[in-house]
Amino acid sequence: MAEEKVSRRDFLLYAIGGWAAVGAAGVLYAMYKTWEPLPEVKAQATVTFDLSTVKPGQIKVVNWRGKPVFVLRRTPDMGKCENRSILDEYTVVVGICTHLGCIPNWEAEKKIWHCPCHGGEYDACGRNIFGPPPRPLDIPPFKLEGTKIILGEAGPEYQKMMKG
Amino acid sequence: MAKKGGLMKWLDERLAISELWRVMMSEYYLPKNINFLWSFGVLTMLVFVILVVTGIILLMYYKPDSKLAFDSVNKTIMMDVSYGWVFRHTHAVGASIMFLVLFIHMARGIYYGSYKAPREVVWVTGFILFVLMSATAFTGYLLPWGQMSYWAAQTITTLFEKIPFIGPDLVIWIRGNYIVEDATLTRFFALHVTLLPALILVFTVIHMYAVRIVGSNNEDGIPMTKEEKKKNGIPFWPVFMSKEFFVMSVFLLFFFYLVFFNYGFAMDPINFQPANYLQTPPHIYPEWYFLAFYEVLRGFFFSETLGLIAFVASMFLPLFLPWLDRSPIVSGKHRPLFRIMFWIFIIDFVFLTILGKLPPTGLFAWLGFIGAIVYFIFFFSLPIISFIEKKQVASGGGQQ
Ligand code: HEM
Ligand code: FES
Repeated sequence: MAEEKVSRRDFLLYAIGGWAAVGAAGVLYAMYKTWEPLPEVKAQATVTFDLSTVKPGQIKVVNWRGKPVFVLRRTPDMGKCENRSILDEYTVVVGICTHLGCIPNWEAEKKIWHCPCHGGEYDACGRNIFGPPPRPLDIPPFKLEGTKIILGEAGPEYQKMMKG
Repeated sequence: MAKKGGLMKWLDERLAISELWRVMMSEYYLPKNINFLWSFGVLTMLVFVILVVTGIILLMYYKPDSKLAFDSVNKTIMMDVSYGWVFRHTHAVGASIMFLVLFIHMARGIYYGSYKAPREVVWVTGFILFVLMSATAFTGYLLPWGQMSYWAAQTITTLFEKIPFIGPDLVIWIRGNYIVEDATLTRFFALHVTLLPALILVFTVIHMYAVRIVGSNNEDGIPMTKEEKKKNGIPFWPVFMSKEFFVMSVFLLFFFYLVFFNYGFAMDPINFQPANYLQTPPHIYPEWYFLAFYEVLRGFFFSETLGLIAFVASMFLPLFLPWLDRSPIVSGKHRPLFRIMFWIFIIDFVFLTILGKLPPTGLFAWLGFIGAIVYFIFFFSLPIISFIEKKQVASGGGQQ
């Protein structure tokens, strides 16, 4: 086979096949791109929230990129939350279960988040303590300006936290 | 096609319809030793036709927009359009019953060894139809944009996040947003009403063609040539179909009884609340036909990764039946060991389906785990049973 000269017919076949493949790849790529989030979705701005508006023991939910972000101002009995605490007393986590994406509910008497879907539980620091969730609730990228928090932007405190 | 008058003759000369009719209908012979379970293939086609007809009517008022969808279904179709509710209930009940019919059709195939040589292509195309139906039902379920719709789509799309490397980006790509949103609804709509039904049609044709080439299996799994079937069997048309019409009538009585008097199982009350992406309903679960697979996922409650692998495996293992089970004995009727495992498997499937709707805590979590293990034991027992039966047959025992 290797020695055989490529005939004129073979050459035309390869040429047309190659050309068709390029065309098909182009079409598939364009189709792929049509499914990407639209610019208006991608450009969804950062959200600013004033942490001091949350009373101790209270939870507020901030909407960030369509995802709920839980802001919990902890009371001392809820623990110190090593490396997960913002301004010493706030837990700020994306309120989406790390198992399959349901929204956990805060159970005030037990001081845990309980996920309705498969029974996962997180403590007041957002750490997974029971059930199928594989990791703690995610901490969204944030930047601090006084008591104001900007979600969606990675400030120095966030970077330090991510380094561990 | 007995009479060949003017129009028929004219068409026949141009389209060879009488030849087509002979191959597909009047000279396609079925063996006599088959039972009513062989009717379920035609029943799936009947249900599919019902879904297409009702779907087209729904399509005339449905609005695939996250702001309009809920009202277009729950107000316009249900309350304003004359008889709109009949079409919606029929479509929803049809989707549900489609899976009942499919499961029975597939279980028949498993019990009588219909997946074995030479019917592998029949089995594989049938399995692809099952996957396509599941995708169609899943995309359709999002369309009413209720709470259950929304959270089913949210959880199932999140599953893709666990695929190594590309997962997180893939999910955003599938949804067209960071969460399930308008973009997701509209693309699911497009898939649900065009691409997926079209693919179902294509694979149905291949499936039917394949059965006509290799012929139907029978209760005893005896291989028969076309000539043998012609001598001892019955033609598909008119003999088999005349029985089939009776089965269809009984089925339609049952079906419309459900549509008019017992549609609740296909219309979850939670889905009558509009989708709210900031509030998961306290207890969510898939439609009943996905519960068994879902329970396999939850069964491995101690490891998410294992649960996911098991979930995918539980859906795709049936595809490999022709290669897992290499026994020379075809029909379960003549395979005592296989029969035991088969019934354990069926009971386990029902058990998982029931468990899938119960809260996944305490004892239920462990029962789910056991159920999931039993599910897999069936598939992995097949090579062993085949090995034993091969030896029996070699030493002259067993029935062919
Ligand atoms: C294998 C075939 C099909 C299956 C399994 C299926 C399944 C479903 C399901 C589960 C729903 C949600 C039902 C509800 O709660 O209201 C739905 C809705 C819908 N389907 Fe289908 N479907 C199929 C074929 C089709 C076809 C062929 C069309 C149109 C050509 C169609 C059009 C629609 C529309 C417009 C809706 C939204 C209205 C509604 O929710 O009542 N479907 N489908
Ligand atoms: S999604 Fe929360 S436990 Fe599964």
